[in-house]
Amino acid sequence: MATVAAISTPPAVGGISLIRISGERAIEIAAKVFHPFGSTEVAKMKGHTCVYGKIVYGGETLDDGLLTVFLAPRSYTGEDVAEISCHGGIYVTRRVLRAIYSLGAEPAQAGEFTRRAFMNGKLSLTQAEAVADIISAEGENALKSANMMRDGELFRKIKSVSDSLVHVLGSLAAWTDYPDEDLPEAGPEAVLPALEDCKQRLEKIISDYDAGMIFREGISCAIAGRPNVGKSTLMNALLGYERSIVTSAAGTTRDVVEERLKVGDVILRLRDTAGLRDSDNEAEKIGVRLAEKAIGEAQLVLAVFDGSEPLSESDRLLLEKIKGVRHIVVINKGDLPQKIDKSLFSDEIILEVSAKEGDGLKKIADAVYEMFGLSGYSQHPEVFANERQKLCCDRALKYVSEAISALSLGETLDAVTVLIDCAADALLELTGEKATDAVVDDVFSRFCVGK
Amino acid sequence: MTFLENYDVAVVGAGHAGVEAALAAARLGLRTAIFTISLDSIANMPCNPSIGGTAKGHLVREIDALGGQMAKAADATFLQSRVLNLGKGPAVHSHRVQADRVKYHTYMKKILESEPLLDIRQGEVTRILTDGDGGVCGVETRLGSRFGARAAIICTGTYLKGVVHVGETSYESGPDATLPSNGLSASLRELGVTLRRFKTGTPARVHKRSIDFSKLERQDGDSDISPFSFETEGELENRVSCYISYTNAETHRIILENLDRSPLYSGRIEGIGPRYCPSIEDKVVRFSDKPRHQLFIEPMGLDTEEYYLQGMSSSLPEDVQLKFLRSIEGLEHVEIMRNAYAIEYDCCDSLELYPMLEFKKIPGLYGAGQFNGTSGYEEAAAQGLVAGINAAMKILGRDPLVLDRTTSYIGTLIDDLVTKGVSDPYRMMTSRSEYRLLLREDNADERLVPFGYRVGLVSEERYLKLQKKLEAVEKEIARLNETKLSPSPEVDGWLVSCETSPITEATPLAKLLKRPQVTYAGLARFDSGRPELPKEVWEQAELRIKYEGYIKLQQEQVEKMSRLEQKLLPEDIDYSAIKGLRLEAAEKLAKIRPRSLGQASRISGVNPADIAVLLIRLESKG
Repeated sequence: MATVAAISTPPAVGGISLIRISGERAIEIAAKVFHPFGSTEVAKMKGHTCVYGKIVYGGETLDDGLLTVFLAPRSYTGEDVAEISCHGGIYVTRRVLRAIYSLGAEPAQAGEFTRRAFMNGKLSLTQAEAVADIISAEGENALKSANMMRDGELFRKIKSVSDSLVHVLGSLAAWTDYPDEDLPEAGPEAVLPALEDCKQRLEKIISDYDAGMIFREGISCAIAGRPNVGKSTLMNALLGYERSIVTSAAGTTRDVVEERLKVGDVILRLRDTAGLRDSDNEAEKIGVRLAEKAIGEAQLVLAVFDGSEPLSESDRLLLEKIKGVRHIVVINKGDLPQKIDKSLFSDEIILEVSAKEGDGLKKIADAVYEMFGLSGYSQHPEVFANERQKLCCDRALKYVSEAISALSLGETLDAVTVLIDCAADALLELTGEKATDAVVDDVFSRFCVGK
Repeated sequence: MTFLENYDVAVVGAGHAGVEAALAAARLGLRTAIFTISLDSIANMPCNPSIGGTAKGHLVREIDALGGQMAKAADATFLQSRVLNLGKGPAVHSHRVQADRVKYHTYMKKILESEPLLDIRQGEVTRILTDGDGGVCGVETRLGSRFGARAAIICTGTYLKGVVHVGETSYESGPDATLPSNGLSASLRELGVTLRRFKTGTPARVHKRSIDFSKLERQDGDSDISPFSFETEGELENRVSCYISYTNAETHRIILENLDRSPLYSGRIEGIGPRYCPSIEDKVVRFSDKPRHQLFIEPMGLDTEEYYLQGMSSSLPEDVQLKFLRSIEGLEHVEIMRNAYAIEYDCCDSLELYPMLEFKKIPGLYGAGQFNGTSGYEEAAAQGLVAGINAAMKILGRDPLVLDRTTSYIGTLIDDLVTKGVSDPYRMMTSRSEYRLLLREDNADERLVPFGYRVGLVSEERYLKLQKKLEAVEKEIARLNETKLSPSPEVDGWLVSCETSPITEATPLAKLLKRPQVTYAGLARFDSGRPELPKEVWEQAELRIKYEGYIKLQQEQVEKMSRLEQKLLPEDIDYSAIKGLRLEAAEKLAKIRPRSLGQASRISGVNPADIAVLLIRLESKG
């Protein structure tokens, strides 16, 4: 059986998310993304043990978290199971999941873990029957969301690619199944441009998908600045309630705090960071390192400066760090007499606010909206659907690319057709169709064939 | 009941389905009777005088590998042979022969006559007799004679309630001016069989002397003929040519002007016609942008002057037929000998059948061929063979033969019939198989001889011969993997001349063979240690190496599927009582009663969650 993976916790904001991988390759896949701090080797971990470490994919650290290993048969499913808990929110969790998929795990179907548990004798009949109900309900939900998906713009785009692929396959099928008919030749010269076109469209859908993530997953936004410029006050003002510990003692925010803020249709995932400065305090040092990391990872940095004081060394350090990162300069404490020299900033967007008085906060929201060019998209928030569509597109793209290179190498069309079939099937999976049926219908609707 | 004669199996109809069904049952040791309205119509080809073609050629070779007769009959009586789709890849190579219609009939009749356990009876079966349990116990003919039988296989083709349409005229008839079978439909309905009306058609036959061949394109057979049957030996030769012409604007004008005289367009035909085999009037109407349509002019046999006009099927009045045919180049003075006609007939709803081709509701009653909603001699023969085998297996108390989609085109055909059902006459196409690259004509023996052997239609000798061949293939593949070729000016020069890149280090022959430009034959010059091997061996070795990646890809798909395929669903399962099944799924499952979880998963309206629920149910029943 294939190794499957899914997020096992409800997709709620905040808190810890658990990704479960189950199957023969579970531990092997986990070992590829999870690098324990210390000397533990994932492959050698015993059942029912856990280890702390970081989650790495493609050379990039996605998050840190815990890995728990269960070995067959002593696990929920009765198979080898690896559970990775991470706390980076939904966005990070999905990225981790995507990494796991790309390493060879398949998405778990509705109720799949429980089904496997049952198959491996881990559940009683009564439990199993109860589970059947759950699976059925999940199936209904999956169906509902699939139906909703069909109305979406993304779905239409995918559908148009799958139509093109079926069209290509239809031409190939008619040409193959009716070799004696007077039909246009569907040789490599005819097929290649159509495949190239499908490839480009799939690539566009996939890159747009990441833009779409901004809507659904939000923009990660770090609030940065030297200690006590009012970052936490700004964050709290934006959120409208107290979240970070706010005192006038510099250096009170020692870890990274994340909150979600809705700005129009966009969600800002705000991360308040520890103040950037050189410190001897061990805890604060870690906080500063985390803040630097947060800045590095953020899609947007709100760089906060104290308007009531001249630009300091730490401020200059921050300006240095945010070069090349999308950012907005926020000059806080507009309620106090201003001493900062604004000519030192080369930025186009400089917002002056008073977090304490709640003054000018809307300016930030507008600037974010402007900056991400989102005003034009907001009409169609449903454009962006779920990970499954993306996975299907990824798979289709892989097969289309293989088909193109097979054609270029001069491989025979029967073989190339198998690859195009796979690509079409990957996309048609979203509507529950099969390429073979769709192709036969296409042949008869387009070609005049027969005796 | 008193019976004139007692049989194990009664086959109703002696067309291409009936012939295979009867031969299979009799060869498996069962007393078998085959009933036909006319002995002179046994294995008749009332339409195209040809066997094979794309995907159909695959079916014929599969029939051969299972122990059927069609391939051998075609080899014995063909007039011209071609392999279609050369150059498009081995998976879609398909044999097609032009057959001698009368010789084919004579050959098959003789084969039936020589089968010791088989009785051939001229007579119209009008009733299926059942016993107290509702199972088949015999058949009754129009003359009132009753014959005992534990199984009956319905292979009525286009005879069942056949109605021929030509222009404004319609009359009850079987194909080729035979008597129709009128009584049986009522009896089948009484047993609970749902009957539907389908329609098909055939073009005119014309006199050779009235064709101006000088104006036609000629199409010859292949110079190097390979037979249909894996067992046919000896030299084969082409005896005839076929010809090609085209319709034109004038032809189309004549057709369009007379559409109101077509029974199809005036609404007198209620049957559903095939999409793949439209009449010429259909083609002209539906594809009005096509300036011309192609037609093939093919001889019907060596002892006749009749020619068949493939592509010109029609139900227009005879005068219109003559007029539009005479507008075609080369046919200006054509003389029609038999006019084109459309024929409507009764067929069953194939969703009422198990994959064994037995009716779910009527034990012992089987269907095959056009009666099941297909079209084509090859499709019919394939089903006849499977129905005959399964009727025998059941009577003998042995395991049924169910070929799944991953094994064969026959399996694909039957699975489509019993799982998806058909809405118009079904023709086999390579595009219907998702496992095309595995299901090639060239490896039909490897795929199906083991099944034929297990069933008992294939001899041990043939089975062992196949094992030997497969061993030889493996051995040659191993040798090609081990034998390396070192770079040298000769090697590189040759590679470049094949339009592929030179090698930089010692390279296994197998690796070179993977390049599309390099062939096994081509490598001979550098392969001094090559053993003398028959073509069927080295060809398989070459194909397996060349397509290794694709074959692996398809085999993975097969493995995925076969896990579900092996989980059989109990026959008495009450879908309405299964907790967690969605209503739509429960209804579909109850109607189709899939035999396995794999089949269930292909029913439209049954989703993966439903399959998971079924799986749990299956496992919990142990």
